Amino acid sequence: MKHNRMRAHFAGILVLLFAGVGQVTFAQESHIGGLTGEASRGKKLYRRYCVGCHGPLGDGRGENAPWIDPKPRDFVTGTFKCRSTPTGALPTDEDLYKSVTRGFVNSNMPSWLPLTRQQRADLVAYVKTFSSSFREEKPPSPLSMPSESAANQQSIQSGNELYQKMNCWSCHGKEGRGDGPSAQTLVDNRGYPIPPYDFSVGTRFKCGESNQDLYRILMTGLDGTPMPSFANGLTPAQAWDVVHYIRTLQMNVKRKKQTAENEKKDGGESKPVGAQPE
Amino acid sequence: MRTRINYLQIGVTAALVLLTAHGAGTRTLRAIGTSSEAREDTSGAATLSGIVKLEGSQPVATRINMAADPACLKMHSAPVMSEEVATGTNGALKDAIVYISDGLGNRTFDPPTEPVVFEQKGCTYNPHILGMRARQTLKVANSDPTTHNIHPAPQNNREWNLSQPPGSSPIEESFAREEIIPVKCNVHPWMKGYIAVFKHPYFAITSKDGTFDLRNVPPGEYTIETWHEKYGVLTQKVTLETNQTRTLEFVFKR
Ligand SMILES: [Cu+2]
Repeated sequence: MKHNRMRAHFAGILVLLFAGVGQVTFAQESHIGGLTGEASRGKKLYRRYCVGCHGPLGDGRGENAPWIDPKPRDFVTGTFKCRSTPTGALPTDEDLYKSVTRGFVNSNMPSWLPLTRQQRADLVAYVKTFSSSFREEKPPSPLSMPSESAANQQSIQSGNELYQKMNCWSCHGKEGRGDGPSAQTLVDNRGYPIPPYDFSVGTRFKCGESNQDLYRILMTGLDGTPMPSFANGLTPAQAWDVVHYIRTLQMNVKRKKQTAENEKKDGGESKPVGAQPE
Repeated sequence: MRTRINYLQIGVTAALVLLTAHGAGTRTLRAIGTSSEAREDTSGAATLSGIVKLEGSQPVATRINMAADPACLKMHSAPVMSEEVATGTNGALKDAIVYISDGLGNRTFDPPTEPVVFEQKGCTYNPHILGMRARQTLKVANSDPTTHNIHPAPQNNREWNLSQPPGSSPIEESFAREEIIPVKCNVHPWMKGYIAVFKHPYFAITSKDGTFDLRNVPPGEYTIETWHEKYGVLTQKVTLETNQTRTLEFVFKR
C-alpha cells in the first residue's frame, strides 16, 4: 500500500520533470562525478576569468577576441570539439569539465587547474546556459571504447593502410606534417582558416594526449572543424590500428629530426646544406 | 521535507537514465514543438508554376581541378564543371529553390516516411541541391572508390561531420529545423552542395529549363521566395484563389 503510493508519487515527479520543470534545473547545473556545479556561482567566476575572450553573451566575442587565433569558442551554438559523444551531439558535463581543466594546446585557452574542482564544475554549469541546446536536448551516452589492442607491427601496418584509404593524408599529409593537398583550404565553422594537425610538433593533441584521447578524437570527430568522425568507417579494432600508426608518424618525425641534428654535429661545416646523403 | 528531496533526487536520476536511453542508438535530433494534422485537404487547391531566369551576360562555368585525389581524377575523362551557376537556353537558371516562405499560418505537416538520397558520385554531389522535409530521413550514399567526409554546416540544426569510406552503407540522418544548409567535403575542397530543409511540402528546385511547379497549394496569400547559391534571394507576394493556376517569373540580374 505504502509502496504503491510511493510509486504514484514517483511517477508524478517524473511527469513533472518531463513537462519541462526539471529541464530548467538540469541546464542550470552540471554533474561531474559526485560534484554538482551551480550556474549562479559559475557566472561570477566566468565574469572574472572567461568574459575577456568568450564575451558576456558567451558568443566568443569578448574584448580580446579580435587579437586571438584560433578564435574563442562560441558557446551559443552548442558545438564543441572535445566530446566523448557522437558527432552532432552535445558534450557531456564531464567532457566540458575536462576541457576547462586541460585547456587547449596552440591556443589562448589555458588549463584552469588552479581553480578548485567545485569552481570548474560551476563554470561548466554556467557555460551550458548560453546555448538553448542544453535545454532542448540531452547528450547521448558516450561512445564505447573497447580496450586497446597490442601496438605491434601488424597493427601499425594496418593503420598505415587505413591512413591512406580513409584519406587522412589529404589534410594531414603523407608523412603527417599537416601538409596534405587539401590542408590550405580548410576553415572552421565560422570561416576562419584552420590548419590540420601536424603530427611532428609534439605528442599532445587538442583533446588530450593519451592513446584513449586520440581514439576518441578519431571516432567522435572535432565538431566545428573539418575533422570528421570515423565512427561510420572504422571498426574499433581499426581505429586502434590508426592510433598506433599515428604514434609512429610522431616518432618517425622525431627520429628524422634527431638524425639531421646528429649529422650536422658530426659533419661539421664541411657538409653543404641540402647535400644528398651518400 | 527530507524525504521529498530524496524523491526528487531519485526522479532526476531516473529521468536522466531514461533520457539517456532514449538518446542512445539514434542521432535523430528531437524536434521541438508538436506535429499534428497531416491530412492535407487538396480540394480547391491551387497550382503555382513558373520560371527562374538569369538576366545579363551568361556566366562562364569554371573547371574543377580534381588533381588532389587521383581516385577522383581517374573517374572523369571529360572536364568537370562547377555547378555553382548552371543555365539553360534563354537565361533559364538551374538549381534555384522556389518555396513558400510565409502564409501557411500554423498549419503543420508530417514528413514523408520515404527517405531522400544524397549521393557522392564522381567526387561531386548528386543532386547538387537536395530538397527535403524537416525530420525526414536523409540517406547519404558514397558510390565512389574514395573516402569522403560529409559535413553539413547548418545554423539552426546541429552540425555533424562523418567520414564515409568506399563501399560503406548509407549514413542515415535527419534535420529537425527548416533552413538551407551548405554541405561540403573537407577532403575534396571542390565538393560543395546544399540540403534545403522545409517544414512544408511547397518547394521546388528548378531544372535545366528553369521551371518550377508547386502543386496542391491551399488557397491563400503567400510570400514566395527564390533562392540561388550565388545570386541570393528574390521575393514576390501572390494570392491564390480556389482551384487557380498561376504563373510567376523570377529574374536574377548579374
Ligand atoms: Cu569528398
